[in-house]
Amino acid sequence: MDIRLISEKRALLIRVDGELDHHLAGIIKDAADKKMRATNAINIIFDLGGMTFMDSAGIGVMMGRYKKARSLGGKTAVFGTNAQTLRIIKMSGMDKVIKIVPCLEKAIRYLDKEEIHNG
Amino acid sequence: MDNIMNAEFLSISENESFARIVASAFAAQLNPTAAELAEIKTAVSEAVTNAIIHGYENSTGMVRLEGKIHKNTVEISVIDYGWGIPDIEEARKPLFTSKPELERSGMGFSIMESFMDSVEVISNLGDGTTVKMTKAIGEQE
Repeated sequence: MDIRLISEKRALLIRVDGELDHHLAGIIKDAADKKMRATNAINIIFDLGGMTFMDSAGIGVMMGRYKKARSLGGKTAVFGTNAQTLRIIKMSGMDKVIKIVPCLEKAIRYLDKEEIHNG
Repeated sequence: MDNIMNAEFLSISENESFARIVASAFAAQLNPTAAELAEIKTAVSEAVTNAIIHGYENSTGMVRLEGKIHKNTVEISVIDYGWGIPDIEEARKPLFTSKPELERSGMGFSIMESFMDSVEVISNLGDGTTVKMTKAIGEQE
């Protein structure tokens, strides 16, 4: 897990490698929320490029961070999905509120867009 | 060749990945596709997480993972000896969660049902819960 700030975009880039289950979920939530408070970030970008597996605990992590970002007027995007993680994301309906993009550059471009993504 | 497997482990979250690995290694004997294997892993992960969070809420106990292979079908049971589910029908509803404060999505049973061919839940208050799931391998389009 790696969480870093893209300061000019007030965005947290959250990279989670390996398998995101209930065990890892709590650790990521705590670390992400702490960093969000400490940095005044309002946007979230998830990098799932190194993630091999996700179950419904991942939905909780992503939706929870999306809600926090939204409450601050920010947006959430995700890139680096694979077939398994994408299926879970779509099953949960998260793709209606969290933008799925092919790469970090597109995620940043999405944050820059004026229109609010709602679905 | 038919086969049987049993494993027991403590209801701590570190064992969620252990259970996934055991179940997928067992099911691998049927030569599933990567997608089928991912479905089994995900369904087992959901059932084991439920046993840990809900079955043994505020306590710990043993979780039992049973596997059976018959012809091309794998059957996986996740058994806990915890509190039991008060209302199974409600628990199985999509988006139902008794723990919204933990950011649980309520998608666990929906995922099990959509990734496996059958999901049977047997639960008695005070005795624990058994989630029995089956999946035929090699029958996907």
